[in-house]
Amino acid sequence: MAIDFLYPEFEVVRDQSRCIACRVCERQCANEVHSYDEDLKLMVSDESRCVNCHRCVSLCPTRALKIIKSPHTFRENANWTQDAIQEVYRQANSGAVLLSSMGNPKQFPVYWDKILINASQVTNPSIDPLREPMETRVFLGKKPTNITRDQNGKIKTDLPPQLELELPILFSAMSYGSISYNAHESLARAAVEMGTYYNTGEGGLHKDFYKYGAHTIVQVASGRFGVHKDYLEQGAAIEIKMGQGAKPGIGGHLPGTKITGDVSATRMIPEGTDAISPAPHHDIYSIEDLRQLVYSLKEATEYKKPIIVKVAAVHNIAAIASGIARSGADIIAIDGFRGGTGAAPTRIRDNVGIPIELALASVDQRLREEGIRNEVSLIAGGSIRNSADVVKAIALGADAVYIATGALLALGCHLCRTCQTGKCNWGIATQRPDLVKRLNPDIGCRRLINLLTAWEHEIKEFMGGMGINSIESLKGNRLMLRGVGKKKKELSILGIAHAGE
Amino acid sequence: MKKEGEIRIPSGCAIAGVFAKDGKNINGGLIVRAMTTMHERSNGLGGGFAGYGIYPQYKDLYALHVFYDNMTARSECEKFIDEMFEIVNLSKIPIRKSPKITDEPLIWRYFVTPHQNKLADSQLDEKEYMVRCVIRINTKYTGSYVFSCGKNMGVFKAVGYPEDVGEFYRLDEYEGYSWTAHGRYPTNTPGWWGGAHPFSMLDYSIVHNGEISSYDANRRFIEMFGYKCTLLTDTEVITYIIDFLLRHEKLTLEETAAVIAAPFWDTIERKTPDEAARYKYLRNVFSSLLITGPFSILLGFEGGMMALNDRLKLRSMVVGEKGDMTYFASEECAIRMMEPNVDNLWSPRGGEPVIVRLNGGVNHGN
Ligand code: SF4
Ligand code: SF4
Repeated sequence: MAIDFLYPEFEVVRDQSRCIACRVCERQCANEVHSYDEDLKLMVSDESRCVNCHRCVSLCPTRALKIIKSPHTFRENANWTQDAIQEVYRQANSGAVLLSSMGNPKQFPVYWDKILINASQVTNPSIDPLREPMETRVFLGKKPTNITRDQNGKIKTDLPPQLELELPILFSAMSYGSISYNAHESLARAAVEMGTYYNTGEGGLHKDFYKYGAHTIVQVASGRFGVHKDYLEQGAAIEIKMGQGAKPGIGGHLPGTKITGDVSATRMIPEGTDAISPAPHHDIYSIEDLRQLVYSLKEATEYKKPIIVKVAAVHNIAAIASGIARSGADIIAIDGFRGGTGAAPTRIRDNVGIPIELALASVDQRLREEGIRNEVSLIAGGSIRNSADVVKAIALGADAVYIATGALLALGCHLCRTCQTGKCNWGIATQRPDLVKRLNPDIGCRRLINLLTAWEHEIKEFMGGMGINSIESLKGNRLMLRGVGKKKKELSILGIAHAGE
Repeated sequence: MKKEGEIRIPSGCAIAGVFAKDGKNINGGLIVRAMTTMHERSNGLGGGFAGYGIYPQYKDLYALHVFYDNMTARSECEKFIDEMFEIVNLSKIPIRKSPKITDEPLIWRYFVTPHQNKLADSQLDEKEYMVRCVIRINTKYTGSYVFSCGKNMGVFKAVGYPEDVGEFYRLDEYEGYSWTAHGRYPTNTPGWWGGAHPFSMLDYSIVHNGEISSYDANRRFIEMFGYKCTLLTDTEVITYIIDFLLRHEKLTLEETAAVIAAPFWDTIERKTPDEAARYKYLRNVFSSLLITGPFSILLGFEGGMMALNDRLKLRSMVVGEKGDMTYFASEECAIRMMEPNVDNLWSPRGGEPVIVRLNGGVNHGN
């Protein structure tokens, strides 16, 4: 019907004077935007299919292409924006929930950008990381402060299981299925090389990747896909996924089209069936149930692996985290509302949850007030974009951070936010073999290593500037942070002073 | 302007110490003279001393040294002291008036012992009972401040140059086997006597030169264990950390040093597997008590003294020996002032503790 007509969001601008009709763009575009018109002897485009992923733009040999936002508009309305209007049309047509992917793109405050970091002047020397040792090693796990000694008076060094990281950054959960084999291989190899961990997400672990097990966190989610004894034993740690920042309170849905061959085997479900993770774990309706699952997993793995409980940052996060800390979990991962996803209902993604900065600050503070901060380590995720965000997160109180969108960007993702279609032109969020092979794991792994190495250098520069030569002295060191342009209430939740104070 | 405790005031400093391993008496005047040579390292905004073995006649009682802003504060606080302790002796601390030290508060000294029934009711050990009472006075009783509470030891401090502070407190009238001293160079005027150093808790006293960059990480961790940092000074938090590690966690001095000035990972990896495992354990479990940034500290305690530098040795510290005497100072000149003919003199490496103890005396911490 005419009322459902949506004018394309982007325009494909092709400079015909540059185009040599090599048809690269046509072959590269899984959305079939480009085609060759034999009669006109010209390349033409169907911009209605364009998702603005820049694959064609990046590969066009003559720089003939660019994608611009269509200037076509509705009558301007600050309340009924173009998106708001079009979403009504789409739902009136389909009767369906709107789907989106990647993190919340809306205009919410990014607190990271309103926090500034300190540096030494005069009274305290800064340290040059090129000349002096600068340490970023972190251990995640419980740290009980009850020293015991052997008969010779030597300290006994057994501790609950720990994850040892060379730098406080881990790759966050992304399932095999939602992302490709090559994307997983890139992440796994980079994690090994950098002395950190990647996370299987809820899709099980491909047999080929068992060899990276010592650097793998295996996830147990509400669908229990791919969970079996071997799987649990492969991992260095087990993560119970209670929630995800992009879609707190709801489950997951991987469409049957993505459940092909190996994905189906790894998930242990038939090919072509939709993989539906229920919203809650049906064996966890309360905190004491969580405790049982934590201990079941510990029993199953002989108390050798730390258990991570991942939760979405929601309103009551401090109390929830305190409950989790008392449930036997070794590590809590908090995922902020800007965290990414392979697919989520748009309304949920854009309206549920709270920013990680505030969640992290209040959780760290609460656990300290209750004297149980040592019972758990904290991983913060849900939009850590660069090394400055990492430094700020640690100074607010995180032991380490999770990154995922940033890692995908390193692999070539252009944040077109259409992962749910399974046609990722960069070979990341897709299972189509022709697309997957576009991501070369050798290159992907190298780029992830480069990214983490670059961030590590920057983190060390920040630390040196503050006169700190080991990351543990940055953890929870909120005196190193100041806010700008934020209200008293916000600063008091963040536990930092205003700049100039 | 804000008072110390309401804001954090960085400062540079001079420190010195002297220790007689044979336990012989050293006159307090000696350490005061040592500080005169380092006059330039202070700016007259804080000086202080700690002496050990100075109250032999009351050696089994806790000596509380208290500053009062006024008589009202004193009578309020004394009610509490009276309620919690048996007071064996109380008096003003004798002073020598001098134009160089002004605006002094009321300075009182009490020799006390906990009321046995109160102590039993509290279900705490005696030291914990003391600590809780002192923290309570310092946080709840406005205008009262306990700045020394150990046995057979005492802290003497004021706003002024260290040598004038020593004169003011008549330290030449005290004898002890161990002394530490501090001269302060704050970047701001605290104008409050409690902010001067040493800072002490029970028999631990700390003098410290430096500005630590790990302050808030340390503070927020240690406050989980019942301590309350009210002064916002490095010295305060370092004292609590040491009290926590030695008294609560029962670490040895060497282990304590391996927590607060932990060896770098590559140094740890070069040690024997057993040792490396212990160092790694300490760094992991007490990671939030690692102190970074420049510091040199002298920790005085009953029967001993420990000197420690930050792991990069960003602050000067020299040690000298002559017979049973050991001397410590920010600068060599202060040691030469105490003993012109030292047998040997060296500058300890970053993170390596120098520990001296009374011969045959209490072997503390081990
Ligand atoms: S890739 Fe560039 S040059 Fe080649 S056909 Fe497409 S627009 Fe033309
Ligand atoms: S992963 Fe692929 S589909 Fe998803 S946002 Fe990135 S480029 Fe687009």
